[in-house]
Formats: sequence, structure tokens, C-alpha cells
Amino acid sequence: MNYWPLLGVAIVVAGFAWRLNPALVVVAAGIVSGLLAGLSPPDLLALLGRSFVSNRTLLVIVLTLPTIGLLERAGLREHAHAWILGLRRLTFARLLVAYLGLRQIVSMFGLITIAGHAQTVRPLLAPMAEAAAEKIAPELSDPERERIKALAAATDNVGLFFGEDVFIAFGGVLLIQAFFAQHGIELDPRSISIWALPTALAAFVIHALRIAWFQRRIGKRDAASSEKDGRS
Amino acid sequence: MIRIEYVYWLCATLFAAASGFDLIARRFASAAFWAILAASFIGGDAIEAAASAGNALPAQIAGLGVIALALIAGSGLLRRQPSHDGDAQRRRASAQGLGNRLFAPALAIPLVTLALVLLLPYLKAPHIPLFDPKQATLAVLGVACVIATLAAMALTRAAPLSALRESSRLLDALSWAALLPMLLAALGAVFAATGVGDAVAQLVSAAIPTQSREACVVAYALGMALFTIIMGNAFAAFPVITAGIGLPLLVGQHQGHAAVIGALGMLCGYCGTLLTPMAANFNIVPVALLELRDPNAVIRAQWPTALVLFAVNLMLLEWLAFR
Repeated sequence: MNYWPLLGVAIVVAGFAWRLNPALVVVAAGIVSGLLAGLSPPDLLALLGRSFVSNRTLLVIVLTLPTIGLLERAGLREHAHAWILGLRRLTFARLLVAYLGLRQIVSMFGLITIAGHAQTVRPLLAPMAEAAAEKIAPELSDPERERIKALAAATDNVGLFFGEDVFIAFGGVLLIQAFFAQHGIELDPRSISIWALPTALAAFVIHALRIAWFQRRIGKRDAASSEKDGRS
Repeated sequence: MIRIEYVYWLCATLFAAASGFDLIARRFASAAFWAILAASFIGGDAIEAAASAGNALPAQIAGLGVIALALIAGSGLLRRQPSHDGDAQRRRASAQGLGNRLFAPALAIPLVTLALVLLLPYLKAPHIPLFDPKQATLAVLGVACVIATLAAMALTRAAPLSALRESSRLLDALSWAALLPMLLAALGAVFAATGVGDAVAQLVSAAIPTQSREACVVAYALGMALFTIIMGNAFAAFPVITAGIGLPLLVGQHQGHAAVIGALGMLCGYCGTLLTPMAANFNIVPVALLELRDPNAVIRAQWPTALVLFAVNLMLLEWLAFR
């Protein structure tokens, strides 16, 4: 066993820890790992180039950018913000928990590309979450606004990850099935995806509680700071 | 038939436009960056076909392109442009004028995708499917984006050129973060080809007391999470760690249920995905999209969920796999 290619992993860890440019770190790690494994430079170049282009799928999301850009110029984020402020009963926690549940259910039916950071989080969910938070804490600080947007993105990730695995035709389930079939164990995809359900429920409960907790914290913080202002 | 390549060529158009606008603005590093990416999207299909046919030269040129992209990104010349999208006052006035109609094109992306996916089995001309059957949902997403762009242009009375200018503005704001998911997938392929995974599995399985079932369960779950953190992708970790630990120890020696072990092992990996900057499209791209200052802001927002859920998975694995 040749353990030298593991140095590539060390480069990635060190590069991210030192906050070097991630793109540069990743390519450097690939080159080091390849050379230490004894690949010739031409073979390594070909491997790098081919695996790069065969993953073009990951960038198709840029096709949402013209729509989002045009709508943002026309005031989409401002409107999403105003619209939420008008809905009195829609609190921050209700908005994010509803999005979480919806994202999970829709992903369970295999509709994964229907939402995402470019499609829904930047133009809709993030400004809506900010507006909903302003209802309980009118004077949000900049770090709080950052945390709210990040939590919106995190909610999309959690909803996607712990919904898609329940879908039987999902790549992950098929990968598990194919792996065990290769090793002589035949499994029905349904018998695999059913075991993702308990985790899906747990993910919903855990993340929803954290959202509610976050709401309580910014609400309390705001009450405390306005009290202080009142005294002074 | 709408082939998936058409979708990639459409992406290439957006990159080429970004390159053009950067050239006009005399941002030469950015112009070169987007031009190389556009070229790899236009030539992608030909590169893959040539490589399968045994001609490595186009793939090698693409490899040089990847290195050039990384060097431009690392040179610091590719400063992330903060996105200036018009003045706030004009936007607010426009928002008041257009009202809820503004939501329509944004919602068109998911809704058209949904409608087309549901209609997919019926949408075929005699003998040929309308969408590339290999990657139908992606082709559908491409069509939905085109329809949404047309709707947005109609609503805001914008010309095609301003749609391209808007996408270029957002691409410049994303900068190298847009590219990171593809680079990491390429790194995953290199790691797999150079046996990094096997080495990790070997080290982990050498370190655990195999007689103890609990130790094996913990090693498998931790192995999935840690290797996913390294690779940024649970799919890459699954075959390696399951072949190294899950299959021989949990299924073989301790007689666990393969379906439960597979499903929960993958979910332990997903907890790792929530924790790693290597999963760029989930944890780094949104930071750029939402213009957050802290590069780890999204990971910070999700680590408590990930850790608690990992503990839940560990317990479920112990209870459900060995009934």
C-alpha cells in the first residue's frame, strides 16, 4: 500500500486552515497526489482535464443567473422584504420551518433542482427571512443579518440532504444498491430508502428546534437592548 | 431532442458574455478566466468523446486549462466584484410598480421544472424522447431557466443584452467560488485514481478492535463522516469506507442488515457534508451568493444540526442494523 498520496489530503487541510485560495489549494493537492502515486505528468493532466469537464453538471445552476439578475435589478429582493413585512402572522421560525419541511417533502419525490441557493435562497428565502426577523427585532445588527442569511442557506442544505435519500430513484440509493450487488448482496431500493426516514424526521425536528431557538435569542436580545435604550 | 450538451452550450454563452464584459472593462484576468471556462464547456463533449476513443490530447489541454484557472484564481487578480445592482431608490420604486408580478419569473424556475418533470413520461415525439433521457431533469432545468429568463425580460422590458450583463455581474460576484464544485469533483477523481481512499480505509480498519461490535459501528460511522469531510462528497466516501469497514466487519463479522447499514452509513456521510468547505456547492457557493463576509458562515450555521444528527444516526445504526 502506497501511503504517499495521502499528502494530497494534508495539503487540502493545511490550505483551508491557512485560508489560501481554495481553487489553487485543490488543484495543487490533486497534482501532488497524482505525482506521488506515480502517475506520469501527461496522464495526470488528462485525468485532471477529463474529470473536470465530466463534472460540468455542477455548474448548470448558472443558467438561473440572468433571471435572478434582471429581477433583482427590478427590485425583487425589496419586494420580497416588503411582502413578508405585510404578513403579520408569518414569523421568522414559521417561515424557515415551513421551507425546511417543504424542501424535504419535495426532495423525497426526487424534485431536487426545484430549489437551491441560486434559485430560491438568494432571491427569495434570504430577504424574506431577514424581513421576518425584523418583525421581532427591528434593529438587526450586521452580524445578525449575516447569521440569518447563513441560517437560510443551511436550512436549504438540511432540507435537501435529508429528503433526497428517501427517494428510491435517487443516485445515492442506487449507488448503495449497486455497491452491495457488486458484492453479492441483492437489495430492493425501497428496502434501502425506507431506513432513511427516521433520520429525515430527526433532521426536521433538530433543525426546526434550532430555528425556533435562534428566533427566541434575537427576540430576547432586542428586548434587552431596547430596555437599555429606554433607561439611558 | 433536447440534448444535455445544448444546456452546457447555453452555460458557455453566459461565461463568454462575462468574458466579453470583463474585457471591455479591462479586467483581463477575469476575462481570461471566463474564456477558459467557456471553452471547456463548448469542447466538453468532444473532450470526453476523444478520451473514450483513446486520444488523450484534448483532455490534456483541458488539464492545462484547469491549472491555468487555478493559477488565475490564486493570483488574487480575480478580485470578487461586489454586485452593484442599480441604485436602491430606483429598485424600491420599481418593486412598488411591479408588485407581486416580480415573483412570477422567479417562481417559474421551480414550477416549470416541476411541471416538465411530471409531464416527462408523456413528452415525446414518435420514437424520440423530447429530453435527453440520460439527464432529463437537468435538461428540464435548462429549459425552465430559459423560459424564466424570457418571462423576466418581458416583465422588466429588458433586452437580451441586459440579461447577459446581469448574469455577468453575478458571475463576477461569485468569481472562483463558482468553479470550486467542479475542481473538487476533479480532485475526488484524482484521489480515487491514486488510491487515497484505500489507504484511509486501511488505516482506519487497522486501528479498531474488530471483536467489539460497538467499536465497529463507531468506526464505520466516523469513517463515513470524516472521509466525506475530506472528499466533500458522501458518494465518494461510501464505496471506500463500506468496502473497508462496513462490509467485512458490520455485515460479515457482526451479521448486520446490509440495507440499514448502507442507508445510515450514507446519512452519516451527509452529516460530514454539512461540516466541510470541500462540499463547495453547498457550503461555499452560498457564501458567495449571499455576499457573506465569513467564508465559513454556512458551516457555522449548520454544525450543531450535523453533530446532533450524527449522534442520532449512530444510535439508529446500533438499534436497527442488528435486530
